Amino acid sequence: MSNVVLQVEDLHTSFFTSQGEVKAVDGVSFYVREGETFGIVGESGCGKSVTGLSIMRLLQEPAGQITGGKIIMEGKDLLELNKKHMRAYRGKMISMILQDPMSSLNPVYTIGDQIGESVRLHQDLPENMVEAEVIDSLRLLRIPNPEIRTREYPFQLSGGMRQRVVGAIAMSCRPHLLIADEPTTALDATIQAQYIALFEDIQEKTNVAIIFITHDFGVVARICDRVGVMYAGKIVETATTRDIFKAPKHPYTAALIHSVPSLDKKDDRLFSIEGQPPSLLALPPGCRFCPRCTVSMDICKEQEPPEVKLSENHSVSCWRVK
Amino acid sequence: MPKASKVLLEARDLVKHYPVTRGLMQRTVGYVRAIDGVSFTIETGKTLSLVGESGAGKTTVAKAILLLERLTSGNIIFEGRDLYKLSSAEIKSDYRPNVQSVQQNPWSSMNPRMKIKDIVAEPIFVNTKIRRTEAWAQVAELLKQVGILPETMNRYPHEFSGGQRQRIAVARALALHPSMLVLDEPVSALDVSIRAQIMNLLKDLQEQYNISYLVIAHNLATVRYMSHSVAIMYLGQLVEYGDTEALFENPLHPYTRALISASQLTLPEDSEGQAKQIILTGEMPSPINPPPGCRFHTRCTEASEQCSKDIPEMRKIGTQMVKCHHYK
Repeated sequence: MSNVVLQVEDLHTSFFTSQGEVKAVDGVSFYVREGETFGIVGESGCGKSVTGLSIMRLLQEPAGQITGGKIIMEGKDLLELNKKHMRAYRGKMISMILQDPMSSLNPVYTIGDQIGESVRLHQDLPENMVEAEVIDSLRLLRIPNPEIRTREYPFQLSGGMRQRVVGAIAMSCRPHLLIADEPTTALDATIQAQYIALFEDIQEKTNVAIIFITHDFGVVARICDRVGVMYAGKIVETATTRDIFKAPKHPYTAALIHSVPSLDKKDDRLFSIEGQPPSLLALPPGCRFCPRCTVSMDICKEQEPPEVKLSENHSVSCWRVK
Repeated sequence: MPKASKVLLEARDLVKHYPVTRGLMQRTVGYVRAIDGVSFTIETGKTLSLVGESGAGKTTVAKAILLLERLTSGNIIFEGRDLYKLSSAEIKSDYRPNVQSVQQNPWSSMNPRMKIKDIVAEPIFVNTKIRRTEAWAQVAELLKQVGILPETMNRYPHEFSGGQRQRIAVARALALHPSMLVLDEPVSALDVSIRAQIMNLLKDLQEQYNISYLVIAHNLATVRYMSHSVAIMYLGQLVEYGDTEALFENPLHPYTRALISASQLTLPEDSEGQAKQIILTGEMPSPINPPPGCRFHTRCTEASEQCSKDIPEMRKIGTQMVKCHHYK
């Protein structure tokens, strides 16, 4: 088994608003190994992006704060680092790709400047070597004509190419961990397939660990090795991708997979989960999924279910699972 | 095409070119060929989905059908009448109330300063002479149909979730009892579990009122569930068009096959499925200078020499229409 690159233990992140404390992430634990892709899946507002931002320590302070837990990377707890030390990690050891490439690139700097920025910051290289590194990164992301592209501006590129440039920035210092937050959501279907194939290839070459945040089960099936399903701030089920699809144990996971329309057969009616996720300001006392669950019992209303480990790679938080 | 049902709307050879201008005198130096000869029919009570990637021209087609964009050439026939031959008064009284639309993003399609009862009632006030007080009963009924509690009609849009807002948008579109809705990516801004709710709602409403839908979409799984027929668009043209089941069971055009492959759910250990996956190289070319011959040949895995020279014609193969040299 390869090394664990990142271990998140009982992470709590809250936003303190005028209406009270919003527990966006409420006790999340998972790990990711070298060369592995761990998927975090969930609907909007479940806390998946906040989990990613907490690992990067990029929360909007003072409203957003990590209130508990550990984020251990290669033996060090990132939460104990001061701002300056964290900055040395960010972009070098851990990097992040966001959803919309147009808003993560600066429109008035060239592609080369933007990739070079993190190279200059983290690696002590003479200027001519920086240029070579930049072109290397563009090549890694298979951007055609890198020597010409480096002098172009974001508006001169298509959406798919821009997202590759964002990938090139993220990979420029050869990080050990990459957090990809919905990187393919803004892309077209055929371009999305290209991008995912590209990342599988990059992972094989560099052995980078990837945390892949998404709401799209099609993408999960294609790229993730293991998956954590999040609901209202908690991971309700963690399993290998195969088990998530073939043997889901949590009613939410099962319902979510069931409600994805299938391309292979035409159903007369789609299965849908009634209701909506609870407000994070007023969480139900027991299991958070209980109000929408079709198989809930009395105990589900009163007590939060403990996490049950079914096998080494499969854990579930549900009273139905023993 | 399924036979013997009534055609509600027919689009004949729609063309929309936007001029590209340059310089002080705004000289026209070329044209963006947003749509270039698109024809289809929509039957009463049926759904046609237009599928394609961004830049394929699907939204331009939707705008043309809604008469928000004037075509360069082509005809739109609605209930036997050519829209471009009607007077603007006739369009306003006979066409617009009958064809309503639902937009993709429920966060930007509503005025945040209007109460939802005013939002839903606006088409009624504009198009009919009903008095305000009488309209509220209609609004309550409309909201009930889409699954929104009528008691909440005095609230503002921000008090509702995305899925609820999309329901309100549907209620507004239904306010005048239209015979057709143009739905531009109606569920793509919503979460998976909410998507299914809205798609079921749209299907129920269609059955209840016999409304036709023109759905603009890029997600094929959604399309298979929602539609009776599907048209696949690439770079301003239809490449394949036919009955939904036939098209999904037996996709003919290489682009259709690539799109279906990209939307298929394949698990990592399914090595056979992974190997069968078609990954297209490159991107859609610019609609200002579309490639000669078949517009798809630059990315096609099966392109031959003929594909780069001759423009393929739309041919009927079984129940499908396909624009590809490989079918004769």
